[in-house]
Amino acid sequence: MKITIGKGSCGIAAGVNEVSRIFAEAGIEATVTGCIGKCYLEPIVNINDDIYVKVDSKGADELVKLIRGEPNQADTYKIPAQDLEILKSQTGIALKNCGLINPESIDEYIEKGGYTPHNMSPEEVIDQIKISGLCGRGGAGFPTWFKWKAARDSAGSEKYIICNADEGDPGAFMDRAILEGDPHAVLEGMMIAAYAIGAGEGIIYVRAEYPLAIKRLEIAIAQAREKKLLGAEKGFDIRIKAGAGAFVCGEETALIASLEGERGMPRLKPPFPAQKGYNDKPSNINNVETFANVPWIIKNGGSAFSAMGTENSKGTKVFALTGKINKGGLVEVPMGGTVKDVIYGAGGGIKDGKKFKAVQMGGPSGGCIPAELENTEIDYESLKATGAIMGSGGMVVMDETTCMVDMARYFLDFTCKESCGKCTHCRVGNRRLLEILERICEGNGKDGDIELLSELSEEIKAGSLCALGQTAPNPVLTTLKYFENEYIDHIVNKKCTAKSCKAFLNYQINMDKCKKCNLCAKKCPVGAITDLKIDSEKCTKCGLCASVCRLSAIDT
Amino acid sequence: MDCNCGQELLKKLEPELKDYNSGKLIPILQKAQEIYGWLPPDILKYISDKTGEKLAKVVGVVTFYTQFRSKPVGKNLILLCQGTACHVNGSADIETAIRNELSVNEGEITADGLFTYNNVACLGCCSLSPVMMIGDKTYGKLTRDSAIKILNEIRGACEDKF
Repeated sequence: MKITIGKGSCGIAAGVNEVSRIFAEAGIEATVTGCIGKCYLEPIVNINDDIYVKVDSKGADELVKLIRGEPNQADTYKIPAQDLEILKSQTGIALKNCGLINPESIDEYIEKGGYTPHNMSPEEVIDQIKISGLCGRGGAGFPTWFKWKAARDSAGSEKYIICNADEGDPGAFMDRAILEGDPHAVLEGMMIAAYAIGAGEGIIYVRAEYPLAIKRLEIAIAQAREKKLLGAEKGFDIRIKAGAGAFVCGEETALIASLEGERGMPRLKPPFPAQKGYNDKPSNINNVETFANVPWIIKNGGSAFSAMGTENSKGTKVFALTGKINKGGLVEVPMGGTVKDVIYGAGGGIKDGKKFKAVQMGGPSGGCIPAELENTEIDYESLKATGAIMGSGGMVVMDETTCMVDMARYFLDFTCKESCGKCTHCRVGNRRLLEILERICEGNGKDGDIELLSELSEEIKAGSLCALGQTAPNPVLTTLKYFENEYIDHIVNKKCTAKSCKAFLNYQINMDKCKKCNLCAKKCPVGAITDLKIDSEKCTKCGLCASVCRLSAIDT
Repeated sequence: MDCNCGQELLKKLEPELKDYNSGKLIPILQKAQEIYGWLPPDILKYISDKTGEKLAKVVGVVTFYTQFRSKPVGKNLILLCQGTACHVNGSADIETAIRNELSVNEGEITADGLFTYNNVACLGCCSLSPVMMIGDKTYGKLTRDSAIKILNEIRGACEDKF
């Protein structure tokens, strides 16, 4: 009997260690696997070919009985047919092994066809990548083969391969899942790239916030060295560098500065890293998901990869579905499906039966796609036409209770904190944008604010050196484009239709619904409720009364 | 400034300082923070002396990256995720609840030294949002009540030790 327990970061946070403990106490041996992408079903346990989901401690007890052949109710934990269907309908390339193999075992990776030797020349490898049409999955979407060829053609014998695992986009976690679930795929991708460009050393720049990913990479590297796939004899080795927390280090030149022990500030390009990168030597930087696609392409041929997708976007893409969605997690789909397919298919629709309003794609650099554009095709070009970007694949779904002005404010708050400070427009301009948005959310918006936001946004885009500054105003511009009415509501009509911005809320008890249980008064942290009346002077608009009321008798 | 830069602890940093090149500055600082829990000024001076890097550069690197702390932290470091998914799912309410419970602002340590409260960018557990991390443990699907309950449990566990 093969028993595996899903131990990605999300599984652990969902309480899978309790399952492990119960199994261990019962003397049951189980192997570990990474995240299968269905985070909403965690903790997940596989027994032979059966999948058991949402396994709490009672579930673990039932599974113990099942394993021992005793009467049990394990069936109630079996994965629902619909979810199994979703799982099976996905196309696994980057995530092919995630949640299926033990990420801490190189033998299981090899058994799945990993580290198969190829007999291509470096040029042929680059050719296959060119045929595949693979583009960078980290955000910019630049053709991978072009970067490889540029690095190969650069003079000099000392070259570097760098894996960008500094996944900083809030709302994206596919890289973490790949590193935790299938680290060898990333190592193999880097080895193939190193062979193609002639690099002697590889560096993985990984976020310090991902301790489990770092641990699994360390194990994987040690195993690959033991098998002589890495090391002096091979002429190529890989080391890990833990990042220290800076979103801007996702930018190539900033990442290199950070590797060199400097403040992670971007510099002008050219020279491109392919000519002058780490230690001033030719370097090639790709994202985790990009590398994870490479072994599959080399094994199956570039044309098998380019057979999937649209004319301009080939292969598959992993999306991280989060926010107000029923089935949050990772999905890998061929390019060319629609936004709607993903949200209502794998995503299972909007939480609590609410109305789909918009989806934020591409993190702080991307934009909001409104519900009326839900039939937009998922490819680099179509998404760009809406004002959003593919980005690293974060999809944060919003419903009618999300205020779009507040979302723009949220993203600007993020970019202001993460701006490295080099360019005036990014450093000061974004701060001014944020101040205007804060003012609007606080009910102090004024005539001319909308025009000012648009004008300043365009100037920031034009006046910033790197992508962080150039794209920082995108959330403002897309929300202005599709949700200008919400801005007008805040500024002119002094209301927030999503009932999210506190300045516009006025908490009152609806006596038609109220059954006088007085729970709200007991819970109010500032004692603002007496005799079933809310004192607006004392009320801090924390919303606790509304959240504790079982009869929805608190109006805003 | 109280700094426990004892010789015993300094010894732990020695191996990191060997064969220095500038690429090692960040790993050295990470190691130092692992040893001391934060980066006291004396340690930055010590690292500057040992590596030959100007103190201004060392401090510049420390202040640039969010991981580095220039103030001591409480026994339990609370990292409340402020990622997009957590924001959409109400992390602001959790923040208010925690700060009221502990009477601290962001980056501050509680009077009893038990907790430091910090906001962080995405922890990558978006499907469990809102999320916080205390020590190496991640807590998901937080509500105001569950967050306070977790703090009280930790407080209780710490008191039991005395």
